[in-house]
Amino acid sequence: MGTVAVHEVCKSFGKVRALDGVTLDVPDGSFFVVLGPSGAGKTTTLRAIAGLEKLDAGSVHLDGRDATGDAPAARDLAMVFQSYALYPRHTVYENIASPLRARRCSSSEIAAAVEQMSSLLHIERLLQRRPAQLSGGEMQRVALARALVRRPRAFLMDEPLTNLDLKLRVEMRTELTRIHRSLGATFIYVTNDQVEALSMADQVAVLKEGKVQQVGTPTEVYERPANQWVAGFVGSPPISLLACHAEGDRLVGAEGWTLPRPRWTTAEDGRALLLGLRAEDLSVEQRGNASLPGELYGLEPLGDRTVVDVRVGTEILKVKARPTVTGTPGERLLVTVDLDRAHLFDAGTGLSLSEAGR
Amino acid sequence: MAVSVDEAVSTGPARDHTPPARRLGGRGRSVLEVALLTVLAVVMLFPVLWMIETSIKENRDVYAIPAKFFDFTVTLDHYKDVFVAPDGTRSALSVSFLNSVVVAGVSTVLATVLGVPAAWAYSRFAVRAKKDQLFFILSTRFMPPVVVVIPIFLMYRQVGLIDNKLGLILIYAAFNVPFTIWMMKGFVDEVPAEYEDAAMLDGYTRLQAFWKFTLPLLVPGIAATAVFALIFSWNEFVFATFLTSSDSVRTAPPAVAGLIGGTTTDWGLVAAASVVFALPVLVFAYLVRKHLIAGVTLGAVRR
Ligand SMILES: Nc1ncnc2c1ncn2[C@@H]1O[C@H](COP(=O)(O)OP(=O)(O)OP(=O)(O)O)[C@@H](O)[C@H]1O
Ligand SMILES: [Mg+2]
Repeated sequence: MGTVAVHEVCKSFGKVRALDGVTLDVPDGSFFVVLGPSGAGKTTTLRAIAGLEKLDAGSVHLDGRDATGDAPAARDLAMVFQSYALYPRHTVYENIASPLRARRCSSSEIAAAVEQMSSLLHIERLLQRRPAQLSGGEMQRVALARALVRRPRAFLMDEPLTNLDLKLRVEMRTELTRIHRSLGATFIYVTNDQVEALSMADQVAVLKEGKVQQVGTPTEVYERPANQWVAGFVGSPPISLLACHAEGDRLVGAEGWTLPRPRWTTAEDGRALLLGLRAEDLSVEQRGNASLPGELYGLEPLGDRTVVDVRVGTEILKVKARPTVTGTPGERLLVTVDLDRAHLFDAGTGLSLSEAGR
Repeated sequence: MAVSVDEAVSTGPARDHTPPARRLGGRGRSVLEVALLTVLAVVMLFPVLWMIETSIKENRDVYAIPAKFFDFTVTLDHYKDVFVAPDGTRSALSVSFLNSVVVAGVSTVLATVLGVPAAWAYSRFAVRAKKDQLFFILSTRFMPPVVVVIPIFLMYRQVGLIDNKLGLILIYAAFNVPFTIWMMKGFVDEVPAEYEDAAMLDGYTRLQAFWKFTLPLLVPGIAATAVFALIFSWNEFVFATFLTSSDSVRTAPPAVAGLIGGTTTDWGLVAAASVVFALPVLVFAYLVRKHLIAGVTLGAVRR
């Protein structure tokens, strides 16, 4: 078992509200990602679960039992700290062994477990070194090993891959997902990298300024963002947002364009809206069912594709295109829109208006 | 001690080596600077030199006029007199040295044992009115001993601590605990709290986490703080003079001072006793000099 439930947790540091009523339900065995920008309260959330912060309000339940007042050691959790927190005077071996030593395992058990972990994370060569003699990426892997060496109720991981180079990061992502599957344990994984969140998670909770914006599967969060902010934060290149309002069966843009009004919108005429269009739902190759006039603003070749920046009035649309696309800035072109996949948000509240009809 | 300061304070990934600060003036140090430093050195060191010289001069040479700088007869008689009484038994001075060792040593240990955990608590926990408490603790050091010695004398008389080594130990510890808390808080602040957090998640209790993971990193700080506390207790004169009277309890400072006065003063003995008195602290400070530097630079140590 390894369910973790956080209920209405608040935590302030002086005047800063780090957590403002955070509620999360982490099912047993899931890979649960907490995604948010820097300062969103991700680390504070993990520390609250681990029992390292005294909560102002709210509760933490582990396996259905209220653990709000329990000491960290009693919670049976393992954590990878954002700053690694490797013991500076201990060797890598002793660092990894520490959780087992604390639980009085025999030295043969410890040796076996440390060996297994170090080969899994490719740090066998480093076992006799001190943390000060390691690179950032090596320290991060040692920190991971120290957490994974035990079978706790749940693993808490605070941005454990950020310091690795891209190749190793992608490799470790796959490796962690594999470890998660083979252990069947609960992982609560914090990241500010939405690619990581989308590729690894069973469930994503999007956090901003201490408030949970949305919880859902990666597909849900990507396809049906709860609000304008989530839509903008998740997805790369970021979603393009155009100011507009509904008028009868049309959407009229602040920049003068018109599009057919999507069937599913419920917004009354004249209400200030934001039309959200993802780069892959736009095309400069005449694929969609409606179009916007604009002019070429710039090209960002990314190897496997090119992102075309198209200026519509004063706003820039990011359009995904084939890598072979060419053009000169200033050139007039038509952007076709897949309106069935467009998003509408209330410009005032930022909340999505798309849910109801789909 | 086996730990170097560098090792103990290098805590994390930051391994930037700051270039050594350029020496002021470099090689072109001005003549004036050298002259001033020489004068200063002579002024500072002359009394020490004179003390050492006097302690190894024969009495004839000690009292010679004009004073003899170089051509005197060397003798170790004064040092013998420090430790051995004329009748061949242990001298009162040697007893007072032993008392000083006991009083300074025990009071320093006591202050460290009490002060270090207190400093840790002030550094790690949200204590109500922490700043006010810390200021209050420091303020107990504002008062010079002479100001409080009379009330303390009266209190000690009530509880029978007058002319008692325990009395001195307690008062020195009381003076050193605030100092230890202040100085050690700086060192504890330098050690990231996350080591303890990680240890607690590993399964240790908070106290175990402190004991096993933070305390070893504090050893240089503890050494530096203890030296300062030791020096205070070792040199303390006012309390020692007022609160002790018998030779068997008296510590070295009042005992050495007591040699001066009366009809004649045996300056050779005074000098030898002073050298013996100064030596232990000098040796000890030399042994832990690295830690001392860490201590006086406090937060300035590179991370
Ligand atoms: N010990 C503390 N004292 C004061 N403020 C704090 C403390 N810890 C966190 N905060 C504040 O709380 C907010 C949330 O911090 P937190 O560390 O949880 O962010 P985060 O989402 O982990 O960010 P990052 O991605 O940069 O690690 C921030 O505004 C931060 O400044
Ligand atoms: Mg963080």
